Amino acid sequence: MLKLLDGPQTLGRGKIFWSCFVAVLAGALIYPLFADSYDVGNFAYFLIWIFMALGLCLMWGYGGMLSFGQTFFFGIAGYGYGVLAINMGGGTATIAALVLSVVIAMMAAGVLGYFMIWGGISGIFFGIVTLSATLVLAFFLGQTAGPEWHIGPARLNGFNGMKGMDPLTVGSFDIEGSALYYLMIALIVIVYVALRMLVNSSVGNVIVATRENPQRAEMLGYDVRKYQLLTFVIGSGLAGLSGALYTSWGQFITPSSIGLPAAAMPIVWVAFSGRNDLTATLVGSFLLLFGFQTITVYSQQAALVLMGVLLLATVMLAPQGFVLGIGKLVVDWWTRRRRRDEAPALADAGRLQSDET
Amino acid sequence: MSAELFSLFYQFADVFAFLILSAAGLAIVFGMMGVINMAHGEFIMCGAYVTVGLVNLGVPLPIAQILAALTAGIIGMIVEYLVVRRFYKRPLDSLLATWGLSLIVTQSMLLIVGSAVRGIGTPEGSFAIGGYTFSTYRLVLFGCAVAVLAGLYIIFMKTRFGVIARATMQNAAMAKALGARTGRIYSISFGIGTALAGLCGALYAPTMTLIPTMGATFVVESFVTVVIGGANVLLGTAPAAVFLAMIRMALNASYGQIIGQIGMLFAVILIIRVLPEGLSSVLVRRGR
Repeated sequence: MLKLLDGPQTLGRGKIFWSCFVAVLAGALIYPLFADSYDVGNFAYFLIWIFMALGLCLMWGYGGMLSFGQTFFFGIAGYGYGVLAINMGGGTATIAALVLSVVIAMMAAGVLGYFMIWGGISGIFFGIVTLSATLVLAFFLGQTAGPEWHIGPARLNGFNGMKGMDPLTVGSFDIEGSALYYLMIALIVIVYVALRMLVNSSVGNVIVATRENPQRAEMLGYDVRKYQLLTFVIGSGLAGLSGALYTSWGQFITPSSIGLPAAAMPIVWVAFSGRNDLTATLVGSFLLLFGFQTITVYSQQAALVLMGVLLLATVMLAPQGFVLGIGKLVVDWWTRRRRRDEAPALADAGRLQSDET
Repeated sequence: MSAELFSLFYQFADVFAFLILSAAGLAIVFGMMGVINMAHGEFIMCGAYVTVGLVNLGVPLPIAQILAALTAGIIGMIVEYLVVRRFYKRPLDSLLATWGLSLIVTQSMLLIVGSAVRGIGTPEGSFAIGGYTFSTYRLVLFGCAVAVLAGLYIIFMKTRFGVIARATMQNAAMAKALGARTGRIYSISFGIGTALAGLCGALYAPTMTLIPTMGATFVVESFVTVVIGGANVLLGTAPAAVFLAMIRMALNASYGQIIGQIGMLFAVILIIRVLPEGLSSVLVRRGR
C-alpha cells in the first residue's frame, strides 16, 4: 500500500521530500497556536478551494480531460448543502448534508460524464460542454429570485443567493475557527495522499495511458470509458466537496460562485501550478489562493485581471506550469550539483586505481 | 390562422438570427484552425460598445454598426498576430490563452468603464398582423443573419480566397506546399470571425443593456451551435441553428425562457451522444 505513495506518476520522492512534507504539515498544525483567530478562519477559507484544484489536476493533468465546468459541481454541492442543511434541520445533520451533497454532485458528474464520454467527446468539446452546463446552471440560479423557487423551506433567492443554513456542527459544537482549520488540513492530507495512491496504482496507470493514447489503451484491453468516467466522477466530487465546504463556511452561496469568472479560477490555479503533478498543483494553488486573497482585499476586478494575465503568461511562457517548471529546475540543479560533487571523487578513485596497477 | 403561423415564424426567426449571428464567427475560426476562441464574447462586447459610442457621438446607427464590425475585425487580427498565432499546433492551449484574454478584457472593462453604459434604444417601428404586433428590428436581424450566411457562401465558394481557405481547412500542410500563404489565410479568417462577432454585438447593441460581461449572454448559444454543428460553417452551423431554434422556440413558447435554455442544453447533450462529430459530418457523408 505505502509503496503507492512514491510511484512513477508523482514527483517528489524519497526522504528529502517526505521530510519537507512532514515539516510543512507540522508548521500548518502549530500555526493556529500563535496566529490571530481571524487569520486562522481566513486561512481555512482559502484552503476550501484546494480540493477543486486537486480534482481538476486529476482529471486534466492525469486524465487529459479539461473540464471548464468544475464550478458546475461546486455549485450543485454548494446549493445541495444549503438545501439539505435547511431541510434536515441543523446540528449533526449538517455532516450528512455535506456527504449527501457531495454524492449528489458525483451523481450529476456520472450522468453528464456518461453522455460526454460514451458520446466520444474529447479535447476542446469536453471543455465546451462542461462550460455550457456551468453557464446554464448559473443563469438558471440567477433567475430563481421569486418566492416560488424553494425546496421545502429553503429559498434559492436568485442573484442574492441562498442563506440561512447552519455551519458544520457536531452535536452542539460548531466547527468554526481553528476547528474548521484542522478539519481542512486533515481533509487535504487525506485527499492528497489518497490521490497519490490512486494515480500510482494500476488504475492510475490506465488513466495516464488513456491520456497519452486512448486507442492504444483500448487495444491493451481496457475499457477506457469506464476509467475516464471514474476520473471525472472523482474529480467532480472533489469540486463538490469544495462547494459544500464553501457554503458551510460562509453560510451562503450565490450564483456568482458558479459563473464565468469563477469557472476560470480552478483552471488558472492548475495551469499555473503544473497540471501533471499533484504536489505542484497543491503548492501552486495554495500560493495563488494566498496571493489572490491578498489582492482581492484591494480590488476583486484587478485580481481577476491578474488571473487572466497569469493564465495567458502560463500558456505562452511555461505550458507545463510555473511551479512544476521551477520545481524541475531546482531538482535538476540539485542533481547536477551532486553529480559534480561526486565526479571529482570518482575521478580520484580512478586515479588511485591506476596508480596501483 | 395565418397570424398564428407568422407569429411562430417570427419567434423562430428571432432565435435563429441570434444563434447564427453569435455563432458564425466562432464557427469560421473553429472550422479553419480548429481553435475555439473563448474571447468570442468579448469581441461581441467590443462591437456593441463601439456601436453605442459612435451613435452617442452622432453617427447614424447602420454606419456605426459597420464601423464596429470593422473595429472588431482589426482588433481580432492584432490578437491573432500577438497571441493566437503561436497556438495553432496546440488547440487546447489556444483555448486557455483566449480564455485568459477574455478574463483580462472583461475585468479591465469593468474597472475602466464601470458596470453599465447608457443604451441607445431599439429603433422604432413595428407592424401588425392579425391581433399581434411585431417589432420590425427583429426582422431586420433575421435578414442580417440570412445575409451573413449568403455572404459566407459567396466568400467561401465563389472567390479565389475561398478556394484557398477551404484547401487550408482540408489540409494546411498540403495547401502550404502548393504555395498558399496559410499564415495570411489564418490571419484573415480570424479577422472575419471576429468581425462577425463584432457585427453580432453591433446588431444587438440597441436591444440590450451594455455591461462588460455581456459576452457571456452569447457564448453558451454560440458554443453549443458550433459544437453540434461541427467544423463546417454552411453545412453545420446553419442546420444546427435551425434545429436548436425550433427546440428553443417550442420550449420558450410553452415554458418560458429559462426552460428554453436548459432544454436546449439537454438537446445538445443528447445530440452529441448520438452524433459525436456534429451534424455536418452526417450531412457531408450523405452528400457523398
